[in-house]
Amino acid sequence: MSEHNNPAAGNASAAAIEVHALQCGYEGKVVLKDVSFTVARGEIFFIIGGSGCGKSTLLRHLVGLNTPTAGGVKFFGRSFAETNPAARRDLLKTFGMLFQAGALWTSLTLRQNVALPLEEYTTLSRREIEEIASLKLAQVGLGGFADYYPSEISGGMKKRAGLARALALDPAIVFFDEPSAGLDPVTSRKLDELILQIRETFGTTIVVVSHELASIFDIADRVIMLDRAQQGIIAEGKPRELAVRSRDPRVTEFLRRGDVLPQ
Amino acid sequence: MSASRLLMNARVSATAEGDAMEIRLAGTWQITEARPTWAELRGTQNPARVRLHTDGVEKWDSSLLLFLFEAQQWCRGSGAYFDGEALPEKIRTLLSQLAASHETSVPFDRSTSFLSSVGLATQDTVAKAQAISHFVGECVLGAIRLARSPRRFRWRDCFDEMQQCGAMALPIVSLVSLLVGVTLAYTGAIVLRQYGGDIYIADLIGLSMVREMGAVMTAVVLAGRTGAAFAATLGNMKANEEIDALEVLGIPPVQFLVLPRLLALGVMMPLLGLYANALGIAGGMLVAFGSLAIPPTAFWAEMLTIVDLSDVATGVIKATAFGLIIGLSGCLRGLQAERSAAGVGRAATSAVVTALLLIIVADAVFAVLFNALGL
Repeated sequence: MSEHNNPAAGNASAAAIEVHALQCGYEGKVVLKDVSFTVARGEIFFIIGGSGCGKSTLLRHLVGLNTPTAGGVKFFGRSFAETNPAARRDLLKTFGMLFQAGALWTSLTLRQNVALPLEEYTTLSRREIEEIASLKLAQVGLGGFADYYPSEISGGMKKRAGLARALALDPAIVFFDEPSAGLDPVTSRKLDELILQIRETFGTTIVVVSHELASIFDIADRVIMLDRAQQGIIAEGKPRELAVRSRDPRVTEFLRRGDVLPQ
Repeated sequence: MSASRLLMNARVSATAEGDAMEIRLAGTWQITEARPTWAELRGTQNPARVRLHTDGVEKWDSSLLLFLFEAQQWCRGSGAYFDGEALPEKIRTLLSQLAASHETSVPFDRSTSFLSSVGLATQDTVAKAQAISHFVGECVLGAIRLARSPRRFRWRDCFDEMQQCGAMALPIVSLVSLLVGVTLAYTGAIVLRQYGGDIYIADLIGLSMVREMGAVMTAVVLAGRTGAAFAATLGNMKANEEIDALEVLGIPPVQFLVLPRLLALGVMMPLLGLYANALGIAGGMLVAFGSLAIPPTAFWAEMLTIVDLSDVATGVIKATAFGLIIGLSGCLRGLQAERSAAGVGRAATSAVVTALLLIIVADAVFAVLFNALGL
């Protein structure tokens, strides 16, 4: 990871993300309240829970797409609320996000999609930018598809291309919104391996919103579970431990669903 | 027991034992057929205990459950004891689920008082006005950034848009403005012929095309063609989270998506307006030559006695303003679109309506302004 993109350099705080008493909601309606947790550097952290419990809402508030009604989020000790527009841009540079369906810009080729963040944030020459874009695409296994448009590739490839774009600036944190949604088990497994590989290679902190049990048990270091009725966190810990030791039936029922029991 | 109930396949009988009521259900209970109701069966009796038996039931579905539920609800309301001990386990489970779903249904109050409706509408209007001023402000800031660092501007997108909204619109703009010229000439000829002033048709056509119709007709065509396309494209991008992806990267959507489109329309609209003027005048010339026998050279010479550069300038200024209005309306509605297919459709419609409304208002403002300035 390039040093300039790691705002943690020189900062004693071990946490990549600190969420303190966050309250999320839309149009006066509270979805989540009093949500607090920390994500350590280099951790693969899952936000899990049933449909409609506010996972994606929490993610949108974390990345600054929505403004929290109370509480706050800090990335390496810095928050959106306390920063001016220039510092905000600087902060945004520290993380990438993979949206549910990839959210590739349809009018641009895959290479141009990956190149755009680089054009915006760096002073590299066009040739250098194109080379980096090709490299990022190769990293996610899309080496030969740089000149394809998003409409010409499959759903799984769109997600990988979206990931290449999220990785363009070598961010310190990458957010994933339901990475396995709409993917077959094999493709989904490959994406999980890719996530692990990114963490191993760059030490990237990874935050994933998901309810895919296989992924949770395979790659998550730690999870928090949200609950719709409680409007907040009902469990926090290592997924296997929670599945075996939790006394909360909501947690065990979710994590032990079907035959996917931890080994 | 009434005659109609005798014909039913679902049967029920009640016997009173002291203050208790023994209910025996029998036959086949099916939702597609008629069934007895609890109110009918109870009549005027007010038992303190209701005991149910379903031994005689051959076949049942939700119909039986509904009857039992009615009885249970009545018991709950009147304080009687509902004794379902004799019911089979399956029925008891379903009945408790039905009761639970009934109890946990969350009431949703859609009623609003007149005052709260007015309040909400006011809040909504204020929010909309804020959104528009915020958007226009962002566009202005974006334009300043563009002037400072033109190298970072997405010129290629801008040129693509220019081709789309300019060159590709030529056929329809040609047809519409030519026909407007023809129509104006025929209408003018009716009046002018009465006074023997046929030649003044050139003044009428020239002035109305250059000052008014060229810009307005081009704007109407582009509002439908380009404004709607902008709203649909941006709305679709919003539904696909493409706008969110820009925001997360810290790239302002206004700078990336709106400014290239605004600039394209701001440049192409006056050019299209001038082109429309020429076509409209040509249409007028055709009619003047064909039905009033005025040669084109005489038409041209007469027209130049009244139409001067200031008239052309007013048309160009109007066209530029209309272009910006169309671009702003299209992009604003697109960015405000709901994240659904229906939302995209509504955004496109709303963009056209907003643009047309603002064009007419702006045209009236220009008329007053130019009059005051003596242009």
